[in-house]
Amino acid sequence: MTPATHETTIPTRARFEIGAVAPFMALVLICALGALANPRFLSFDNLTNVLARSTFIATIAVGQTLVMTGGGLDLSVGAMAAFVSGLVILFLNSGLIADPTLLIVAAIALSLVAGALCGLFNGLTSTIGRIEPFIVTLGSMGIFRSLLTWLAQGGSITIQNPDVRAAYRQVYFGDVFGVPYPVLVILGVAIVGAFILYSTAFGRHVRAVGSNEDVARYSGISVARVRTITYVLQGLCVAIAVIVYVPRLSSASSTTGLGWELTAITAVVVGGTRLKGGVGHIWGTIAGALILEVIGNIMLLSNVVSEYLIGAVQGAIIIIAMLAQRGLTRGR
Amino acid sequence: MTPQADSANAGRGAEPLLETRGLTKAFGPVEVLSDISLAFHAGEVHAIIGENGAGKSTLMKIISGHLEPTRGSLKFDGAPLTLRGPVDAERRGIVLVHQEIMLSPDLSVAENMFLGRELRHGITVDDRTMNARAEEAMRVFGVDVSVTVPVQRLSIARRQLAQIARALAVPHRVVIFDEPTASLTPVETGALLKLIRELKAKGVAVIYISHRLEEVKAIADIVTVLRDGKHVATSPAADLQPVDMARLMVGRDLLALYPPRSPAPTGEPAFVVSGFGAPGFAEGASFAVRPGEILGFSGLVGAGRTELFEALFGLRKGGGEIRLEGATQRWPDARSAMNAGAVYLTEDRKSKGLLLEETVSTNLTLAALDQFQRGPVIDRAKEGQALDQAIRRFDIRIGDKGILAGEMSGGNQQKLLIAKMLLLDPKLVVIDEPTRGVDIGAKQQIYRFIVALAAEGRSVIVISSEMTELIGICHRIVVMRNGRIVGEVEGEAMTEHAIVVMATGVDVPVGEAHK
Repeated sequence: MTPATHETTIPTRARFEIGAVAPFMALVLICALGALANPRFLSFDNLTNVLARSTFIATIAVGQTLVMTGGGLDLSVGAMAAFVSGLVILFLNSGLIADPTLLIVAAIALSLVAGALCGLFNGLTSTIGRIEPFIVTLGSMGIFRSLLTWLAQGGSITIQNPDVRAAYRQVYFGDVFGVPYPVLVILGVAIVGAFILYSTAFGRHVRAVGSNEDVARYSGISVARVRTITYVLQGLCVAIAVIVYVPRLSSASSTTGLGWELTAITAVVVGGTRLKGGVGHIWGTIAGALILEVIGNIMLLSNVVSEYLIGAVQGAIIIIAMLAQRGLTRGR
Repeated sequence: MTPQADSANAGRGAEPLLETRGLTKAFGPVEVLSDISLAFHAGEVHAIIGENGAGKSTLMKIISGHLEPTRGSLKFDGAPLTLRGPVDAERRGIVLVHQEIMLSPDLSVAENMFLGRELRHGITVDDRTMNARAEEAMRVFGVDVSVTVPVQRLSIARRQLAQIARALAVPHRVVIFDEPTASLTPVETGALLKLIRELKAKGVAVIYISHRLEEVKAIADIVTVLRDGKHVATSPAADLQPVDMARLMVGRDLLALYPPRSPAPTGEPAFVVSGFGAPGFAEGASFAVRPGEILGFSGLVGAGRTELFEALFGLRKGGGEIRLEGATQRWPDARSAMNAGAVYLTEDRKSKGLLLEETVSTNLTLAALDQFQRGPVIDRAKEGQALDQAIRRFDIRIGDKGILAGEMSGGNQQKLLIAKMLLLDPKLVVIDEPTRGVDIGAKQQIYRFIVALAAEGRSVIVISSEMTELIGICHRIVVMRNGRIVGEVEGEAMTEHAIVVMATGVDVPVGEAHK
């Protein structure tokens, strides 16, 4: 009972959270199955291709991880990607800058600004307007998608200038020592995302806000500011995905980014981030995005299951992932 | 069974309604309850007391079917009893009134009361009959509660009463109250004690868990003391004074519960509030605190104390004049108050004070995170040092620094909340219900911390529904009723009677403050 008898060295037992490791174990398992199904799966070309193709979802999903950890949700990311792609291509076609490289650099800057503004719109509307993020982003999803369709007049917008197209292609198809740029983009975005979430005061505020808004408010944290910034970061992630996506097809249409929001949310949830906020796993999200892409790839390579069923398999994965998490965390 | 228990039980003659035989519960290698044999008789109020972690809740969970014992058995009505879960226990008439409020906030009192057993007219629900029955059930408390408004619009105390009424809506032979008065003020407490006497008269066996020893003394026939999961004593309440109970609970002589009082400071007030209001909750509040002074805020639940201070700290709508050390303040949010040197420690630790699923260290630094930054990065080593200091200064007892805040006892959570807010080195500290749900040992420590804060020259305001603790540590007590400050007592004039008269507006003896 006396304070004097207090031990000064109290151990810190690290908690082994199997839920945090599970997505990586699942990824390894799925890759092993892929190798068994088709030896070509493990070829360098195939793996880098899978990684490159997962860039868009992985990048967007990192932003979504921040938003969801803060207790928000962004359904507008796919439509936002389409809208920003349209803006970028229109800018590239405008020929405002003669030099292709400078033009592309300016387009990249435009993409980031546009993405950030779209995110700011979502953030301010849901925080200042006190509207459920589900509703706000459902609305902005319609707005962004429709704006792109209007910009494209119902068709598609394509990069006109072949020089610009050729120069910009490098961003998706180029590589450093055989490692494609998109793979470096995933790595970079994830490292920055993990740094923000785990090492900065802002990241801790995001977790606090998502975990319990009242506790955050009573602790002097501006809930609205923190949430709004997560949406802006989400917008920037979408912009980065757009920067890598545009050179791949050099065009945008009303089907660009269709369904990306659901795939990204799937990746986040499969990665172990809690749907109602407070707990976020950036690297888990990356694993989640890769799992989804790898499974699609294996289905294409193996012919065991029709590739038309990819959506069904991905849908099943999210349900299985949730059941597994429930099972792994039971008893706590 | 100890000799004391035998003699206590022997005097009662009749066959007990419910008996526990050598109940033991272990979680892994840790035995949280060892070999508990008790007898509960019909028409008797049996109080179970003990510090947090003494095993009271575990014992009650076993009796009410929420937990299975590792060893030992139950006997009910003379026959062995094996419970298959809480529903089974309830079906047999063993009802547990939970400490935490478990009502659906969007449903009304009546809807909650009949949840899962709605009365029907054919396929539609019979709201009229249910409302009438709910009203009748609430009437026994003698307080006005509208049974048709959503529960979330009721005060915590009223919700607690609604929860008790709901638990008693099923046929019952054994009723277990787990800290029922933790959030009640004298009016509701009086109403509840009256209800318990009625239950007793009807031949119900009442098991009563409480930290409030005066209350135990007033209501219980038999008192059982548990400590560290073991049975310490069972004896007739008439033979035990609250001090004896406290001694048995703690296992040593308790020094005075309240630290020696320092003389009331006489300097200029540091914190001056004039004409402050929180629409719908409080209006025209004017008061002042001096550095080194401890000012108490008393009043019934619903008097608007918490709301007044939440509004002052920008946590809800309100307005008025605030001056801190002479400077006029405008606090639109908690951060601006913190920047000015004022902190508010919420009464609601679990949902507003701490992140229950985060570690102790994350919680500790949450309000003062900018002190722990190197550039944009959090300096974890510095956080670790702050944690060590807080553990030492506030005697926070944890066996593992990786523990989550939600896994700590109420007393340790409160100490952590105090440590968290003191990292901001405030000039003004407002503590709302500092010892709610805190065991007696930690209570005594918290009083010392509060007195020490004042001794350091800080201005301290304590809001509490426990008049005895305000009288024990404050220099001066302000009383609120219906959103207004109705009076102030100081020094020798600080008596429970004086406060109750002001808080209720009715001159009645303590404990009988219900209509």
